[in-house]
Amino acid sequence: MPQYLVRLAQTHESFRKAELEALAELAGIDIKFDFYDEDSPFCILALPSPSSAATLIHRSILSLSIHELWARGTDYPSLHASNHLSSSTFWPPHTTSSFRFTLDSYRGSRPSATQRTLIDSFAYMPLTGRIKMSNPELSLTIFEDFATGATAPRALYLGRLLALSGRAAKTTYDLKKRAYISTTSMDAELALVTANMALAAPGKLFYDPFSGTGGFMVAGAHFGASVWGSDIDGRSIRGKGGKAKRDVVSNMVQYGLMSRYLDGFVADLTNSPIRGARGPGEDAARGGWLDGIMCDPPYGVREGLKVLGLKRDPGENGERLACVDRYMEEGYIPPKRPYSFEAMLEDILQFAAVMLVVGGRLSMWMPTANEEGEDGEGQKEIGIPMHPALGLVSVCVQPFNKWSRRLLTYRRLSSDEISPEALSAMASRKKRVHGNGENADDLNDFRRKYFQGFKEPEAEHTADRQ
Amino acid sequence: MKLLTLNFLTCARKACKATNAAFPLHPKDAELEIVEVELSPLFVRNILPRVEWEALRTLCQDLGLPQLPATAPEPGELFTPNPSDGVEGEGIEEVGEEGEPTQTLKDLHHVLLETTIREGKLVCGSCGHEYAVKEGIANFLLPSHLV
Repeated sequence: MPQYLVRLAQTHESFRKAELEALAELAGIDIKFDFYDEDSPFCILALPSPSSAATLIHRSILSLSIHELWARGTDYPSLHASNHLSSSTFWPPHTTSSFRFTLDSYRGSRPSATQRTLIDSFAYMPLTGRIKMSNPELSLTIFEDFATGATAPRALYLGRLLALSGRAAKTTYDLKKRAYISTTSMDAELALVTANMALAAPGKLFYDPFSGTGGFMVAGAHFGASVWGSDIDGRSIRGKGGKAKRDVVSNMVQYGLMSRYLDGFVADLTNSPIRGARGPGEDAARGGWLDGIMCDPPYGVREGLKVLGLKRDPGENGERLACVDRYMEEGYIPPKRPYSFEAMLEDILQFAAVMLVVGGRLSMWMPTANEEGEDGEGQKEIGIPMHPALGLVSVCVQPFNKWSRRLLTYRRLSSDEISPEALSAMASRKKRVHGNGENADDLNDFRRKYFQGFKEPEAEHTADRQ
Repeated sequence: MKLLTLNFLTCARKACKATNAAFPLHPKDAELEIVEVELSPLFVRNILPRVEWEALRTLCQDLGLPQLPATAPEPGELFTPNPSDGVEGEGIEEVGEEGEPTQTLKDLHHVLLETTIREGKLVCGSCGHEYAVKEGIANFLLPSHLV
């Protein structure tokens, strides 16, 4: 298969490969990584055709462009040699095209005179068309990859531009320009990446059970999916402001995505009103009706982790009576209690297993402490949650100082991929006792560590937990 | 709240979810509003198999909307036949090759996506609990004694 050079953005490195793989799956393209390095913004792919390369990249957020790879080398002589070697394949169709030559140096810079010299060193190529800097028919780029602090590039590539990526959307959806956001809104770039991972596309049904200000709904709708959102906090859905109302709907209107917005409603995931697929058979065998679920569940730090219910058993006291008496009144707000983070993750996976169509995806964010064990091995206080009906597709990490968060993507397995033993074992396993602790810290390891500054946990706490 | 959304929702109480009476929820004192939405033939085609047709019929009946046919339209009824059409099922990108959307598809679009409940209540047929809909946003939070 011919080789293509992807110019990646040098950011969110662990997401880039997973994003390209997700896009290949979405477009049904055979993809093979011939070269990929987290430390380099250049990636070489083997793909069936130039048109498949353009299709692959057009909605990618973490790459900039894709190029037909004409030559590669470790220095200029080897680059020129490689260029000559493949000349008969690549040069003939372009000899009379208008063209442009540019230089793209990563982690290095060249004065414009040197740039000119480097470009002129390709003068032997039989390009007789006129030079056109905007919209030329042939756009050739010399890519230079410098190691940190190096004076000479470690790798060189020459490529013909095939297509630009969808990275411009990052600017279009920038939170700074969005009317309605909150402290926990996901930044536009990562929300769009999440939508790519979950394979959002026209005609699909997507849902975010922790929608907040609707960042994932906007991202899903951008890629053509129709979106639902719900949140336990009705205020986030109803929005703010009187006349100049800012809410999820106004965000959708701002981006012209209103036709992709289905509904927002107030609901709690642990008592969700959403129905499973109806009909005979077990949930696991039937598959559901959602094509994708994207969510960033509350970590319990900035947003409280709450579900419906009373904090403690009220017995016969007035609290319970008040609830029974008054729940029909206008403006009644049901009581909520703190909930365990692990239990919530389990609930999300169970929900996804029941509601997703076979092959549908769950893309979920999850925070974790960056703990280094004695032996240098990273220890995560909560492992990656798993479900027999969901296969883990990718794990991407966004590191912060003392903690990081991971984007976990799962695929709903088909009934013959699901092990019936594992499923029945899960069903028969007594549901772990969650959510009976008194306060948020007891229930949420991550929250407790966050507020302890990620220091070593005290002995008593370790003893308490099993 | 669109009628499409309502077709995917049941009573939030765990005890009710397993019962047949809890689905669909029945609108009460519903104030309807027609909100124009751009037609997406592909979307209508994709969701039709996921819609519970009987529940949708009941809902239209409850709301006094025109009666829907007894069975859901076949996929073939959604597009006028196109001689060069070889597309079946999967092809998401190939929608252009499917021919023109028929009146049946447009009617479905109108019922599912343009007809919305602005104000009112949704009542569970099993436990009788009423969920309020205000400004098109339904509230499914349960009081603690029903959790």
